[in-house]
Amino acid sequence: MTGLAAALGRAQKTGSTLLLPYLTAGLPSADASLALFEAMSAAGADGFEIGIPYTDPLMDGPVIQRAGLEALNAGMTLDGGFALSKRVVTSTAKPAILMTYVNPVLRMGLSAFCDRAAAAGVDAVIFVDVPVDEAEPFSEAARASGVGLVLFASPTITDARLEAVIAAEPTFIYGIADLGVTGERSTASTHVGHLSSRVRSLSDIPLVLGVGISGPEQAAAAAPHADGIIVGTAVVRRVLEAANVDEAGRATAQLIEEIRAAIDG
Amino acid sequence: MTTTGPDVRGRFGEYGGRFAPETLMPALEQLEQAFTDAWADPAFHGELDELLSGFVGRPTPLYEASRLSDALGVRLILKREDLAHTGAHKINNTVGQALLAGRMGKTRIIAETGAGQHGVATATACALFGTECAVYMGAKDVERQALNVYRMELLGAEVIPVTSGAATLKDAVSEAMRDWVGTVENTHYIIGSVVGPHPFPLIVRQFQKVIGEELSRQLAAHEELPDTPDIIVACVGGGSNAMGIFHPWLDSGVELVGVEAAGHGLTSGAHGASLVAGSPGVLHGSRTYMLQDEEGQVVEAHSVSAGLDYPGVGPEHAYLRDSGKVRYEAVTDDEALAAFDLMSRTEGIIPALEPAHALAWIDREKESLAGKTVVLNLSGRGDKDVQQIAAIRAATT
Ligand SMILES: Cc1ncc(COP(=O)(O)O)c(C=O)c1O
Repeated sequence: MTGLAAALGRAQKTGSTLLLPYLTAGLPSADASLALFEAMSAAGADGFEIGIPYTDPLMDGPVIQRAGLEALNAGMTLDGGFALSKRVVTSTAKPAILMTYVNPVLRMGLSAFCDRAAAAGVDAVIFVDVPVDEAEPFSEAARASGVGLVLFASPTITDARLEAVIAAEPTFIYGIADLGVTGERSTASTHVGHLSSRVRSLSDIPLVLGVGISGPEQAAAAAPHADGIIVGTAVVRRVLEAANVDEAGRATAQLIEEIRAAIDG
Repeated sequence: MTTTGPDVRGRFGEYGGRFAPETLMPALEQLEQAFTDAWADPAFHGELDELLSGFVGRPTPLYEASRLSDALGVRLILKREDLAHTGAHKINNTVGQALLAGRMGKTRIIAETGAGQHGVATATACALFGTECAVYMGAKDVERQALNVYRMELLGAEVIPVTSGAATLKDAVSEAMRDWVGTVENTHYIIGSVVGPHPFPLIVRQFQKVIGEELSRQLAAHEELPDTPDIIVACVGGGSNAMGIFHPWLDSGVELVGVEAAGHGLTSGAHGASLVAGSPGVLHGSRTYMLQDEEGQVVEAHSVSAGLDYPGVGPEHAYLRDSGKVRYEAVTDDEALAAFDLMSRTEGIIPALEPAHALAWIDREKESLAGKTVVLNLSGRGDKDVQQIAAIRAATT
């Protein structure tokens, strides 16, 4: 079993919630993003979602869009993303999930991509624009390489679709906490309780909630309904707004500490 | 696969499909169901046909361009989509989809636009039905196409400038999809061409194929024109006017030619020729030919014509390219500008810059086409381009 699956299993058993921050690879540079992942690890993160930047990220709001373009302009590539993942996993000894849009994956070749991810020590991959309907070849390639595949469930998901997601046996179900693209929200989502009980009534596949969880308050509201939570835009915005890498490290670490306290409290 | 595809998964051969975030999937399923029901419902077709004739002005005329024919040495017949209401074929799709949105109970419509033609056509259909309308438009295009921005606003639509990415059409499509991810419950997205995730390429083609169907009827009814032309030529941006005129003719044996934008030249790195010079990938929810770099990042397109300035193309065209059923070519900005002048001065019709590309190809090939009957889909009129042409001429003289 991979580190991620084991950690999710423990969270399920103990009723705790993993904290999995997201950061765009190469923001503001490869070395700096490693330092930021390390800072978040020290502040209490349980694992990481590492985003490969893409020119046309359909599921992302302005903050992560901007981060992606800055990382691409700073020279981040697929090779760079794998190399960074390996350094993050080695340095923090915590599990990593690699997130990307599908076109760069197809360009590299699906099997090659999954092999490279596995070799980098990544536990699972997320292809944002591969819904369950298109997932079969992706799921097979991931399995053959020994990495897991994550599939989504949104508040608008139909029962038939949710059943198909479960039948595909993803490493975890990424529950979209709020309608809309990634971005911060001023209030906690009203969807998570319902989505979570629908998923849990049908399956014991771990559920991780993300999208719109931007601070301690939303994290605390979501945590009881999930085995893990993903915090993305709130992290990325702090990095974009920081004057330098040290400041970015302090700001993201503080956010992670606050959220940690809120979900454990 | 028959030429009436796509299959149940929205595939045209290996192209198409539904590569969209999960949040959109239920809306796409609902749309597919609603479209299937509507298309099978005579009452829907009754309403649509009435609007197409009374509001849009269909059938659009078929016109033999005699002076241009003489100049080119071919028998040139124009399918006059430039005479449809709002000045382009785009209205065929927007009226159909707005009607569909009403059946689905959606109270708000969004669209993307490049040149502004699809935006104007969407704003027009929304005004017709009294539906709230927002149009996403790249900030650069908002500047280039000021006249159409004002037209949309006159029609009561909100025009939202998009500054993300390269601030042109591809970013406007992305931004419209992002809006839809958060508003699917009350909002319908009228995509402007035969692109996007299934069922959009199917829906837009079905609403546009009236062009090719009218062409058959009009040729058959016309005493002096042959029932079957030798060649049908159309420009290809996303590919909706081309799919619309080609589709009923796919199995006819008539040669079909789609003309893309070669911009500054196919080797210049600044063009919009996804089929001629791109490679397969996934863009905006479907697998198709697109412009991308070694890393699979999307490359910005370039064309003097905003309607062809898009780094992707409809998946059905990708299939037709690979199967050889349609031939795809590309012409440069300069060739299109010369054809724009040629049609304006020789025939008294100012064409849009997009179909000027199709005419430019006929001009380039006129020796091999000598004596043949050629149908050109004149997809729109050039009023929207006049200011831009004036600026180009001012800069080069
Ligand atoms: C007049 C005209 N023709 C053609 C196009 C290109 O679109 P498509 O290839 O979908 O017909 C446009 C797009 O704006 C247009 O305005």
